[in-house]
Amino acid sequence: MSSTQRGSLVELSNLVRRFGEVTALDGLNLTIQPGELVALLGPSGCGKTTALRLLAGLDIADSGNVIVDGNDLTNVAASQRDMGMVFQAYSLFPNMTALENVAFGLKVRGVDTAKRESKAQELLDLVALTNQANRYSHQMSGGQQQRVALARALAIEPKVLLLDEPLSALDAKVRTQLRDEIRRIQIEVGTTTLFVTHDQEEAMAMADRVGVMSNGKLEQIDKPNIVYSNPASAFVASFVGAMNRVPAKLNAGKVSILGQSIKHGGGSSGNDLVALLRPESISVNVEKSPSANTGSVLARSFLGPQTRLTITTSETKTNIHVDLPSSEAGPFDPGTTVALKIQADSLLTDDNGKN
Amino acid sequence: MAKIKSASTITPKPGVGLKTWLIVGFLFFAIPIFSAALFSVQVGDGSYTISSYTRMLTDPGLSESLWLSTKLVLMTVGIVLLLMVPTVTWLHIRAQKAKRVVEFITLLPLIIPPVVTALGLLSSMPSFLKDSPYLLGFAYGALTMPYTYRALDAGLNSIDVKTLVDAGRGLGASWRQVLSSVIAPNIKSAIFGAIFLAVALVLGEFVVSSLLIWNTLPVWMALVGMSDAEGAVAISVMSLIFVWLLLMVMSLLDGSKKVKINVGGV
Repeated sequence: MSSTQRGSLVELSNLVRRFGEVTALDGLNLTIQPGELVALLGPSGCGKTTALRLLAGLDIADSGNVIVDGNDLTNVAASQRDMGMVFQAYSLFPNMTALENVAFGLKVRGVDTAKRESKAQELLDLVALTNQANRYSHQMSGGQQQRVALARALAIEPKVLLLDEPLSALDAKVRTQLRDEIRRIQIEVGTTTLFVTHDQEEAMAMADRVGVMSNGKLEQIDKPNIVYSNPASAFVASFVGAMNRVPAKLNAGKVSILGQSIKHGGGSSGNDLVALLRPESISVNVEKSPSANTGSVLARSFLGPQTRLTITTSETKTNIHVDLPSSEAGPFDPGTTVALKIQADSLLTDDNGKN
Repeated sequence: MAKIKSASTITPKPGVGLKTWLIVGFLFFAIPIFSAALFSVQVGDGSYTISSYTRMLTDPGLSESLWLSTKLVLMTVGIVLLLMVPTVTWLHIRAQKAKRVVEFITLLPLIIPPVVTALGLLSSMPSFLKDSPYLLGFAYGALTMPYTYRALDAGLNSIDVKTLVDAGRGLGASWRQVLSSVIAPNIKSAIFGAIFLAVALVLGEFVVSSLLIWNTLPVWMALVGMSDAEGAVAISVMSLIFVWLLLMVMSLLDGSKKVKINVGGV
């Protein structure tokens, strides 16, 4: 790879985009540092793809600015922005071979044939498709097509690499392999990258920072472990990772839940609230006699290294999921009475939608 | 347990019915053509001659009308390539909602009688155009719309136009480059189909060209037919062979070989 390829500083400033009555982006502010990979995560319709398309120049913002390396690109055409994009749908040009696809961006830039073919071959080597240069898209698997698309996006040495759910059409095993490969290549070339996905595992595994979006707004952006362990809002808490929503009561600064009292900062005494508990933050033990903190195992789901128990309690009248190592799940057959213990010093709560 | 029928006993045999229909269909088209060809070479005493063909081929009216029709064909093909392809592509990527309106508009040439079209053109066009065959070219461009629009629309429906355009634009290609290097090659069959339909229409259209008083090939053939029946049939047969050859050439040019190769892996 060329050593000239460096990351650019990207600033999205107060971007607004409306489609009729629907506000797809509602004042998005986002800064991506040079060489950083930021993942935008969120449910369908949250505005993440709109943000990506505005950055690519494939859509026009109603207001706000797109600034790359200090240059305002808001009104610059997509073809003039120097951004490489990999799409969710297979986007290789069917009339061209893999090599021709990768060389296309260089061809339209007037690079001579020998130089662009050499560069395209170099990129195909990078994505480990050296021997596929003369194949057409219909002769390649989905994973191979997306790797060619990645090589094609990188061939123009883009200022920013844009990945629009590039793995969502692939099967699980290929997705995991390609995910690791994209991250390896991104680190190798050092291109600033914006990655849009609704798959939180993908976002967490690949990104330097994860931005969680809802209703056109960025709810939180931080390192993956912080977004997971310290969500900024109930939405983030519920969207990222599995989360139990357990009814509880606040009394004298403590939340009464599952027979335990746990310290909680805000709210008024006597208020009903919903405690948010990660499945791995609850431990279980087999219990003979039912009490306030006991429940009955409804189902046991094997998830590989972990097993998920679904437990119903008489106190909460709700099903609670508990994750534990599969090697310890043996005694918890359906119907077993278990005692639940919350392994947390403080609680995240959803008090009418706010924590 | 009941015995499961083998696949051969379940699968209906396509043989007899299909073959019969194919033969009937072939005869339906072949008999009139064969009869016409026979009529054009047979003389009264039962002998055969190609004099009607040589007579027609040496008639100066043929070259004149053929040259005019060729110009009109090229103009209509130009309209298809330069106007219809970009317009239909634009509808697919930017104005999906307008497609129904445009579909209706493209049907108008089928709804409006050719006589009305011709009189409308004569009464509304500026005089310099009325005296020019290019007026007829524009009229043919409009008359071919019902067919060319649908051929191109079907072609564009078969590919992910929006993603391909976005990919091309994102890689730095201009709109012209996207259309010529990305879209057109991937709807080559549809473009050839549209062109063929346009050519077939121009080489067969009679009413508008005769009302606008232009001696196109079909008009000349009709005029010849009034005084020389064998000659008119001979030129019809040659026209048919010409269109046939044209179709074959187009099929050869559109020789995209799509071989599905099953490959796995990342």
